[in-house]
Amino acid sequence: MGQIDKKGDKYIVAKLFVGAVGMFAFALFVMPPFYNLLCSWLDVNSPRLNAKQPYIAEEVKVDKSRLVKVQFVTINNAGMPWEFQPEVVSVDVHPGEATRAVFYARNTTDRKMTAQAVPSIVPERAVEFFHKTECFCFTQQALEAGKDIEMPVVFIVDQALPAAVHTITLSYTLFDVTATMQTAEVAKTN
Amino acid sequence: MHSRTKRLLTLLLGPVLLATAAGAWADLADRSKINMSPGVTLLGKDIYDLHMLSIWICTAIGVGVFAVMFYSIIAHRKSQGHQAEHWHEHLGAELAWTIIPFFILGFLAWPAIHALLKVYDTDEPEINIVVTGYQWKWKYDYRGEEGVSFFSNLSTPKDEIHGKAEKSEYYLLEVDEPIHIPVNTKIRFLITANDVIHSWWVPALAVKKDAIPGIVNEAWTKAEKVGVYRGQCAELCGKDHGFMPVVVVVDTKEDYEKWLASKKAEAKKVRELMAQTFTLEQQIERGQKVYDTNCAACHGMKGEGGVGKAIAGSKFAIGPMEEHLALIVNGVPSTAMQAFGGTLNDLDLAAVVTYQRNAFGNNMGDSLQAVDVYKFKSKK
Amino acid sequence: MAHGPAKGLSRWLFTTNHKDIGTMYLWFSFAMFLLGGAFALVIRAELFKPGLQLVEPEFFNQMITMHGLVMVFGAIMPSFVGLANWMIPMMVGAPDMALPRMNNFSFWLLPFAFLTLASTLFMQGGAPNFGWTFYAPLSTTYAPPSVTFFIFAIHIMGASSIMGSVNIVATVLNMRAPGMTLMKMPMFCWTWLITAFLLIAVMPVLAGAVTMMLMDIHFGTSFFSAAGGGDPVLFQHVFWFFGHPEVYIIILPAFGVVSQIIPAFARKPLFGYSSMVYATAAIAFLSFIVWAHHMFVVGIPLAGEMYFMIATMLIAVPTGVKVFNWVATMFRGSISFETPMLFCIAFLILFTVGGFSGLMLSLAPVDFQYHDSYFVVAHFHYVMVAGALFSMSAAVYYWLPKWTGRMYSETMGKTHFWISFIGFNLTFFPQHFVGLAGMPRRIPDYNLIFADWNMVSSIGAMVYGASQVLFLFNVVRTIVAGKPTTEAKTWDGAEGLEWTVPSPAPYHTFSVPPEFK
Repeated sequence: MGQIDKKGDKYIVAKLFVGAVGMFAFALFVMPPFYNLLCSWLDVNSPRLNAKQPYIAEEVKVDKSRLVKVQFVTINNAGMPWEFQPEVVSVDVHPGEATRAVFYARNTTDRKMTAQAVPSIVPERAVEFFHKTECFCFTQQALEAGKDIEMPVVFIVDQALPAAVHTITLSYTLFDVTATMQTAEVAKTN
Repeated sequence: MHSRTKRLLTLLLGPVLLATAAGAWADLADRSKINMSPGVTLLGKDIYDLHMLSIWICTAIGVGVFAVMFYSIIAHRKSQGHQAEHWHEHLGAELAWTIIPFFILGFLAWPAIHALLKVYDTDEPEINIVVTGYQWKWKYDYRGEEGVSFFSNLSTPKDEIHGKAEKSEYYLLEVDEPIHIPVNTKIRFLITANDVIHSWWVPALAVKKDAIPGIVNEAWTKAEKVGVYRGQCAELCGKDHGFMPVVVVVDTKEDYEKWLASKKAEAKKVRELMAQTFTLEQQIERGQKVYDTNCAACHGMKGEGGVGKAIAGSKFAIGPMEEHLALIVNGVPSTAMQAFGGTLNDLDLAAVVTYQRNAFGNNMGDSLQAVDVYKFKSKK
Repeated sequence: MAHGPAKGLSRWLFTTNHKDIGTMYLWFSFAMFLLGGAFALVIRAELFKPGLQLVEPEFFNQMITMHGLVMVFGAIMPSFVGLANWMIPMMVGAPDMALPRMNNFSFWLLPFAFLTLASTLFMQGGAPNFGWTFYAPLSTTYAPPSVTFFIFAIHIMGASSIMGSVNIVATVLNMRAPGMTLMKMPMFCWTWLITAFLLIAVMPVLAGAVTMMLMDIHFGTSFFSAAGGGDPVLFQHVFWFFGHPEVYIIILPAFGVVSQIIPAFARKPLFGYSSMVYATAAIAFLSFIVWAHHMFVVGIPLAGEMYFMIATMLIAVPTGVKVFNWVATMFRGSISFETPMLFCIAFLILFTVGGFSGLMLSLAPVDFQYHDSYFVVAHFHYVMVAGALFSMSAAVYYWLPKWTGRMYSETMGKTHFWISFIGFNLTFFPQHFVGLAGMPRRIPDYNLIFADWNMVSSIGAMVYGASQVLFLFNVVRTIVAGKPTTEAKTWDGAEGLEWTVPSPAPYHTFSVPPEFK
């Protein structure tokens, strides 16, 4: 049976299986980093941009004629009992001006915990114009039982921000990463 | 003669039958809606118009295609002796029905792009509300309004769900605390989630947006009519996905201000109550309410357990009070037992601990006060 | 060489015969169809009226998940693989599939995969309860322990699908009878060739998605968890990159079946053969670049919404070409209405309805209202049931005389058709209404305004379910006691090599390649 062109079979079959394995590798090793890349190119609002390098301000030219409101929102993820809130609800900033905001966190439990804050910015079209030069979200925060901390973020709203955007909301979700602290470091690199 | 009577009968009966059918249909359609509602926003109206436009275009194409098909089915039957022709290609026809659809699609895409631009509008809203999805309730947080932050739980009694009581009009679409927004005001919702993905949907406001842990999404609405509008969670989020409705009350601006003032007064009262001391009975009474809305889903109405462990006879509920409180405040990491320290105020925490220690056959006789919880939280 | 089948159990365990393996695939998929149908009936029974009557919400979620998984991966996909096994070698004039031993292996993986999946129902914490789309983190951090077995089962069925597809590609490309060029192949072979390429491209992506889940659950990575620098939305992108081509994997073979049967009963050649091939290829290509239309409310940027909306709308063009071509095939033919033809005409009408609702769903702003409502449920059942399953019923009636050498009962076949047709529409048409009125999908209980149509829908589901028992009876009766028919060409309008061999088809056909005109 199947005596027609057995050699051709082997060739095609090998190619197809290589293709299948290639697609598996594509899903596992190409799609996640490519997604990161795409998100940062297109400035999509994704937690994967958390590991993004701090922004280096090139030239400082402040647009005094315009005020943009930056709102702060804090959210505790499930199983995160810390107290977590911004010092102020919102600030009005001039585009181009470096502004410092402080967030307060306190470990209310009786054990040492490590937290990771994940930033998120809306509206979507403001993402590429909101630069963090310094942020507590670039690192994890470990707190002993009952201890508190003031965590700063320094940001610049780009002067190129579209005129239609008047308010930018910067929110942080606080996750408990005590259990996965070590492995999270590894995963960040992929 | 015979056929004439038949025709006459058909002529007479036809309209009667048609009218009866139409009546029955209207009755059914009246009782149970069968179409999308334009809702109470301009955007919702645009979406509704686009929906109707697409239905009519599809219907027109469908009528055309099926007319040809049924014509062949009737006229080109073998049983009628129709002989098959043998052509099987026609470049002109094939090109035509490849190219013409592009124009029809363009006709639909144009208003769709227009509506999409409106959805992504970033004009300044007057009120910002943070909406957080929890398993299985919603939390609303009015930005910049001190103390106006609350959970919204399903309020339909369990008896109605299990068929032991008659179901009311807003069965499964009613909550203990709805959110209020003023009419003709642009409201922005900042939507996120605490645990898994939820989706916040109110059809009449033309808003549906996924609530994703770690990501904040935004959506906006501007209701043009006072009223109560209801929706549900639209993304499968676990056991009680079907039991976390959304209720939005659109008030006149004056009523909204009154409501806001009352919420602020309530928050102030809670702060005052924190400083008071309550009797065991008062604490149990308050604690039962807290328990039924926050704990009963997992631990059972009688503390018998379920998804969560039984509370009746639990080593925490009949053990040292501080460990019991710590468990509820901090939760148990990587289990379904969440930390309630951030979701319940000190008053409710004290009450629910007291209730659990004095209900379901647990008979500890001790009680906890809000001030104790406050001390516990700030001790370390 | 020309020996008959082995005796007893070993015939089925060790067979490398494409007809035996095809038969096993078909029976297996029918068993899974009944199992998935039983899950569906549990769902519809609970939704018969408002309130919780029969099952707890927890179990309801397990039912919707298992129904979806079993129907998609256990019933529809294997049934078309079975059909391909039986028919492709006979259609291209080959003695067997290109890789007979791998063929046996790819079938026998399936029972293990589904045994594993079904066993999760009896595990601590219950079966997977996160929907067949298993979005993270509900399917990772918040999943029951059985999720690991679910991942394992997906891996096995993926491997089976990939091997089956490799086999089909090799058979179609290498084993065609002399003279049969690609553009002379029966349309069923064309649609399956393209489907097989789709499967080889996207089943590994699904495997990748579940592997990432596995690593997140057990090895501490954070592909999908925001806490560790992952993104739950990434899961949806990966899933739908598989998931959208998957819906064409399900429907393309059905297109092939319909393209075989309509010309046979219209007694007129398929209209626009080459445009059919190009349309199929165009659909397959487009399926790779439209996935995020399943995610319009996830919060993707404006430009993304516009791109995915317009790309999705374009799919209507090649799909429309196919429908127009089928109607043109019937036009000025000499049509008769045996059971297979009835199912194909119903396919044509109902699939078009599903296509229309698909076009409506592609409009991003309107999708904000449709998304995750029963309107979507109605849409994809019009495509999956009236599309894939109706064409499968048509295929069974059409080729059953060739497989068994016996004629099925036409009366029973037509009864099956009409009950199915009515039951199907009763079940799914009202779901458009409740969806538009605001009923979300995947809920075990609902408000009273949805009650009337849900009751109609549940009654329809029972009717549709019952008609499948008649189908089973008709098939079994045909095999055991059907009227024998030995003529090679059962249907006077049928064309193709499979109709040149005697009925029932001998155990070995085309040991010597036939001459193709």
